[in-house]
Amino acid sequence: MIWLIIPIIVLVLLTIGAAIFAVVTKNLLYAVVSTGVISLGLSLFFFILQAPDVALTEAAIGVALTTIIFIITIRNTTQYEGDHKENKIEKGAKS
Amino acid sequence: MIKKVLVILLLAVIGFYLVDLLAQIPFGEKRDNVGDYYLQESVQSLKVANAVTGIVVNFRGFDTLGEVTVLFLAAMGLSSIMYRKKKKGDKDVRAKKPSSRILQVGVQIIFPMVVILGAYVFIHGHLTPGGGFQGGAIIATASLLMLITYRKFKVNHNTISWIESIAGVVFATLGIIGLIKGMSFLENFLPTGELNALLSGGIIAIIYVSVGFKVAAELTGVIDTVLLNNKPDSNNENN
Repeated sequence: MIWLIIPIIVLVLLTIGAAIFAVVTKNLLYAVVSTGVISLGLSLFFFILQAPDVALTEAAIGVALTTIIFIITIRNTTQYEGDHKENKIEKGAKS
Repeated sequence: MIKKVLVILLLAVIGFYLVDLLAQIPFGEKRDNVGDYYLQESVQSLKVANAVTGIVVNFRGFDTLGEVTVLFLAAMGLSSIMYRKKKKGDKDVRAKKPSSRILQVGVQIIFPMVVILGAYVFIHGHLTPGGGFQGGAIIATASLLMLITYRKFKVNHNTISWIESIAGVVFATLGIIGLIKGMSFLENFLPTGELNALLSGGIIAIIYVSVGFKVAAELTGVIDTVLLNNKPDSNNENN
């Protein structure tokens, strides 16, 4: 029985860790990828909790489509949050 | 300072009334029988093995029509904001460099499988978990793979809007036929067949196939619009 619980605990820790990392990090690309990891963990939870319909939706929408749309947005704006030095370098180099 | 105090006071008042309301509801007791009714009816009289589909498409069919409309409006709004006509001097926003050989070969193998999985999910929506929305999203993921791998892969927006419109019209027409037959909107008027057979559940299978086509077309259109039609500011255009 204990062997069944351990992977679930690992999954919980992974999801919570990804959520905290998404808030803390200044690199928006890392933040978006870790939101994808949150969605993956959530869809596994939905599957474990016997809601396979919701799990399918979460896997298709949350992991793939939302992440890709955010990555496209980041490609067209800046990659770092706030007044990061790399943003300034990029802007200075191009103008 | 006084702003913060006001905000805290407001939150305290809202919280007090919420707790006051919620405390009156007994916790953990069974208060309605609608869940039991749905579980029983979707298997016994509708002959739908997946009770979620029975609820979403039959008992709550009108809500599903509303959801489809919301998705349609969102996709239309997005494309009307982002769409721009190509001028002669414009460079293609997509990178000129072809993607790696591994990605190209892998997508060639995986693309038909993903499309078949999506089609399976929405055709068997009344038998197995999943349905129109999920299957459509899976197919949109497949076309996303093609879009980011092959530079020459193009999505025809005319075809997409035709598929979208026809699927929406099929959904609404099925609802209106129910009205004509003297029942309520989206009432099941076809024979329900046997439990666990592919042709069972009456109009549910037809509605989910049309919803699947509609969602797949809409999400593909959204991805294509966002990926190709956005214009990076003039600073970025040089890379």
